[in-house]
Amino acid sequence: MTNTPASPGTATDDQDATAEEVAGVEVGERRISIPGMTEEGENLAAETNSASDHSHGGVGESEKKPLTSGVGSRANRHTGFDLADFPEPKGREEEWRFTPIKKLAGVLSDAASDADAVEQQVSAPDAVTVSSLAEGAAPRHSVLQPADRAAVVAVKNAGEALHVSVPADAEIDEPVRVQITGQDAARRENSHIVLETGVNSKAVFVLEHRGTAQFNGNVETIVGEGADVRVISLQRWEDDAVHVGQHDAEVGKDASYKHVAVSLGGAVIRLNTNFRYAAEGAEAEMYGLYFADSGQHIEHRTFVDHNSPRNTSNVLYKGALQGESARTVWVGDVLIRAEAEGTDSYEKNQNLILTDGARADSVPNLEIETGVIEGAGHASSTGRFDENHLFYLMARGIPEREARQLVVRGFLHEIIQTIGVDSIEESLAEDLENELEIAGF
Amino acid sequence: MSTLEIKDLHVSIETEQGSKEILKGVSLTINSGEIHAIMGPNGSGKSTLASTIAGHPRYEVTSGSITLDGEDVLAMSVDERARAGVFLAMQYPVEVPGVTMTNFLRTAKTAIDGEAPKLRTWSKEVREAMEQLKIDADFANRNVNEGFSGGEKKRVEILQLELFKPRFAVLDETDSGLDIDALRVVSEGVNRAQETNEMGTMLITHYTRILNYIKPHTVHVFVDGQVAEQGGPELADELEANGYDRFLAAVSA
Ligand SMILES: Nc1ncnc2c1ncn2[C@@H]1O[C@H](COP(=O)(O)OP(=O)(O)O)[C@@H](O)[C@H]1O
Ligand SMILES: [Mg+2]
Repeated sequence: MTNTPASPGTATDDQDATAEEVAGVEVGERRISIPGMTEEGENLAAETNSASDHSHGGVGESEKKPLTSGVGSRANRHTGFDLADFPEPKGREEEWRFTPIKKLAGVLSDAASDADAVEQQVSAPDAVTVSSLAEGAAPRHSVLQPADRAAVVAVKNAGEALHVSVPADAEIDEPVRVQITGQDAARRENSHIVLETGVNSKAVFVLEHRGTAQFNGNVETIVGEGADVRVISLQRWEDDAVHVGQHDAEVGKDASYKHVAVSLGGAVIRLNTNFRYAAEGAEAEMYGLYFADSGQHIEHRTFVDHNSPRNTSNVLYKGALQGESARTVWVGDVLIRAEAEGTDSYEKNQNLILTDGARADSVPNLEIETGVIEGAGHASSTGRFDENHLFYLMARGIPEREARQLVVRGFLHEIIQTIGVDSIEESLAEDLENELEIAGF
Repeated sequence: MSTLEIKDLHVSIETEQGSKEILKGVSLTINSGEIHAIMGPNGSGKSTLASTIAGHPRYEVTSGSITLDGEDVLAMSVDERARAGVFLAMQYPVEVPGVTMTNFLRTAKTAIDGEAPKLRTWSKEVREAMEQLKIDADFANRNVNEGFSGGEKKRVEILQLELFKPRFAVLDETDSGLDIDALRVVSEGVNRAQETNEMGTMLITHYTRILNYIKPHTVHVFVDGQVAEQGGPELADELEANGYDRFLAAVSA
């Protein structure tokens, strides 16, 4: 009914940020307030383009290191394969400050996989090669660069990796499905998957996680030149599962890449999804949908590395939360490096809080090291479905439960639509109805 | 012929200082086809009356009754009241994130009628109603009330009034915030609904301006949570000339 400025529990994390400048472009707090939603964000296209006349002061020749929201530059974040470089997190570190570290003990330790922790089934059309890769065998680790403790312990302990390869020019209509089913909430699994796609190929990979386990899984995707690749990662775990993982992709010249993460079930989920480019002319997107109930912690961190010129990126994550202790986190890093002229980039996160007590953190970090870009924008909003929304819909004859479903379905539909595999879209729609039922709506 | 009857209604709200009585014994009967204007100064409790009829949870009825053809409205949930044929055009319509107007209108119509409207005729009906109210066609794809101006929100309330065809409508300051063209368009919508559906109407307003377009049968002057006086349309003329002073003086005396 009226503006809902961040009340405790709906706080977006960068609310207190003051105006900041990145390469002379103001990217700090400039909030647009829409009744019923709080929104912050801006689009920097106009500013950065006009900024090339130096009137904004030193664009493209910044002396100080560009920073956003007080966070160290993503360009300087350590990545590598040496476990010793990644001490066990205490919880204060920038990358871990939102995460319930204690609950991750089972996946952050330097430990081998337990026997029969998961069952893994792969189904793929004939044209696709399914094999395995020993440690050190190419192209393993050609794309994935462990960026935190979780990723590096999985890399070290994963053993054989699953290797799925789509040859050049192959157009695979049926999705390649990797079904990972956890067998026991106490068993640890370190997993590594390499998805490789040839020049001008077309493929959809569906990674589906069910059952329960202490699961630490890395995925690296090689997107061939001119290829059209979708990776759909479904987290449909049981209530006591823990899942951490890093999904990296390198997107080839003129290729198109889409990563969709759907996180519904599991006690703690923390996924880092990242991509960078091999050359120019590519279009890459990351979408996410999450629905957290009481007791769940669902965290997604996205990193778009514009490391070469004239590429496009788009990130959209949407989450719904219900129940006392439902907790979600989205941290979206975008780094437009000095060499990435002609970049067009946008990222957005929207959360819908359905009941009191739930908390969504949303932190967009945008770093721009060149003024010569097409556009760069970010937005973040957290809306609350409150008694006034409910009253309005019910006053039009719509029963309470249907009213809540209407709002949630409408809100999340945009992401489900991006999946493009009918059977999955339908079963996810069903899952969402069940999520609402669980809370008694 | 239907009757909406309000008898000796007392309503309180919870405030930080405790419970506060807003409505202090309101009695009012509206029959099908009648238009009752409720006129009163700001803060007199007009919206409280409207919201209580619709069943907003914030308002607590401490005594009195509301019945619709003898049925106890206060025992019904908010959605049941709407399905029974009571419609509230809100003073401040709520923005609903994530739900498009198209989806919302179809869902509500289905709930109210108990069956889904025929797709083809329904789309046409919506389109025509929007045209008549001068609502841009692309509003159908926007989220309910999201980013609509005050005037646009009011038009969309009347759009629903026309599409849902309630037996009784409570219009809470539908006229406020409208320019003269919008006021005419919106008034025409109310008059159409009135004529086609034999609707009973409670027209809540602060100003007499809208009464140039919608002719009330009865005018109730509402002061301090009560009906201070009722009469014919001429009572509105007196308010136009002299304001609420006479009634306010009576209350504070
Ligand atoms: N939610 C609320 N919290 C506190 N006071 C309220 C609330 N709603 C209404 N009131 C008070 O009740 C009285 C009547 O308000 P309202 O019904 O909105 O009057 P009107 O519509 O005639 O302007 C006013 O004094 C108003 O301040
Ligand atoms: Mg009012």
